[in-house]
Amino acid sequence: MSQQKRKVYLDYNATTPLHPEVQKAMRAAMKYFGNPSSLHEPGRQARKLIEDARKTIASFINAAPEEIIFVGSGSEANNTVINLFSCAGLRTCEMLSLKTVRKEIITTKIEHPCVLESAACMEEQGTKVSYIGVDKYGKIDMHQLKAALSNATALVSVMMANNEIGTIQDIKEISRIVKKAGAFFHTDAVQAVGKIPIDVRELEVDYLSFSAHKIYGPKGIGALYVRKGVVFCPFIRGGHQEKGRRAGTENTLGIIGLAKAIEMRKIEASEEFKRLVRLKKRLKDGIEKNIPDTKFNGHPTDCLPGTLNVSFSGAEGEAILLYLDMEGIAVSTGSACASGSLDPSHVLIATGIPQEQAHGSIRMSLGRDTTVEDIDYVIEKLRRVIKRVRQISSVSTKAKDG
Amino acid sequence: MDKQPEWLYSDIVKDHFMHPRNLLLDEESFEADGQGVIGNIKCGDEMVVVIKVDKEKNIITDLKWKTYGCASAIASTSALSELAIGKTLSQAYKLSSHDIAKALGGLPEHKIHCSVLGDKALRAAIDDYYTRNGMLDRVKAAKMHIICQCLGITDAEIEQAVLEGARNYYQLQEHTKIGTVCGKCKEKSLELLEKYKAKHFA
Repeated sequence: MSQQKRKVYLDYNATTPLHPEVQKAMRAAMKYFGNPSSLHEPGRQARKLIEDARKTIASFINAAPEEIIFVGSGSEANNTVINLFSCAGLRTCEMLSLKTVRKEIITTKIEHPCVLESAACMEEQGTKVSYIGVDKYGKIDMHQLKAALSNATALVSVMMANNEIGTIQDIKEISRIVKKAGAFFHTDAVQAVGKIPIDVRELEVDYLSFSAHKIYGPKGIGALYVRKGVVFCPFIRGGHQEKGRRAGTENTLGIIGLAKAIEMRKIEASEEFKRLVRLKKRLKDGIEKNIPDTKFNGHPTDCLPGTLNVSFSGAEGEAILLYLDMEGIAVSTGSACASGSLDPSHVLIATGIPQEQAHGSIRMSLGRDTTVEDIDYVIEKLRRVIKRVRQISSVSTKAKDG
Repeated sequence: MDKQPEWLYSDIVKDHFMHPRNLLLDEESFEADGQGVIGNIKCGDEMVVVIKVDKEKNIITDLKWKTYGCASAIASTSALSELAIGKTLSQAYKLSSHDIAKALGGLPEHKIHCSVLGDKALRAAIDDYYTRNGMLDRVKAAKMHIICQCLGITDAEIEQAVLEGARNYYQLQEHTKIGTVCGKCKEKSLELLEKYKAKHFA
């Protein structure tokens, strides 16, 4: 048999493979089928597993167990928080009194679509929503934030680390500003939990979303931290599960997978952080040295350790992605063409880079299985692929004519 | 071993993407009789098409191209080059994006808009040839009005899109890519959309 072609997965921000220990834990838990709400023994067994998992997960971000609500995904967690303030106030609840005074929402231009589209939907229903801009590195504009805040602001939602460019926000500082204005603060930490240290008490956030499959856990399970004493209204109704905060029979297997993934993060994350920083530097240096006309996007230091976003002038992202795919390399792109929409990445556009640069962008996200050999392989293949795409590209032709 | 999952595109598209035909590599030595440039890198696609013409027979003897764009844009221009070489100018002028999509064995629905530029680049090249040779009466583009300045989309193309089934702005964009760069032409193109809908389907 011919030699197997090297496969390099550099799309860990999209999703991650299951950690072997997570697989083991989930396999072992498959026999616990009981409904955790049932009072009999199979039910109690499942309940115990879930509550143990909740403790593990809560302690990882320095929360209390009852502050963790299990949900179906990071997107559901984010939707839940944004929609807290969407109810028309027809029901008699704590939200009603809040809504009469504070009706506005503030978020940023670089959030995940699940936040942006939820906010846009509320806008259509008449809620005022402000979208804070970012600087060229993707850091939010604190002056804009302060200017947008008022005693009408109900909620501010700012992501902790960006999925596309990796930029990490100064959440503690933002939270301080938001609290001073008397608003609630939510952070989408889907890309941050398990990658950088998080302490919800220190950060003083009210709501925090995260997900298992970005940290070597299973898909279909996320969690929402809701600080004790803050307003809450369920997004999915009709059940007493999660203390009436999220209806639907608990995903026992997913919850166990999430807890195991977190447990492994406790052991591995800080070493992995250092290793990924080194690998990313090697990749960045290799690209800089071997490929002309490139520009790196995102913050040079306040950035997720494994995320590297780069634009290649005169080369279109989807073409780069597909040629790399042929070489066994998996990356993602901010090009419009890959997403099927007509617009390139809203994150890159928000950082002020020209459209053509956004179309030529590639995101490489490294993870626990990435090796030095992988990085060297990617640099060499990328060099060839960019040369090839530029050879086909009309942009160089025009430059020569001009 | 696991079965290889299917590619987003057809095998023909993949083949054109991996092995582009008639790529313009040696620009210095290619003496073009006509050149067409269409698209805008801001919207993600731009193409340059150059042609050589047998002046006696009015036949395209050679066509070379370069494309900035995604896989379907690259494959589309490649397929166009094979369709156009050997055709008379008037035959080649009639080639449409549908002919290209057909030659490629179809394109995914959300990718059609990536393939609509190749035929236009070719028509621009033919018009350029006519212009260079004093055959201005044949230059069809002169009779049209450009509505979308960014992408050079004309009123005739809006009419064509309506005839092909575009009924709202989104569908018009899917057919022509109109207004996807700066968007300033939206009002005018909506006006024309209504006009042609009334003209043909009232």
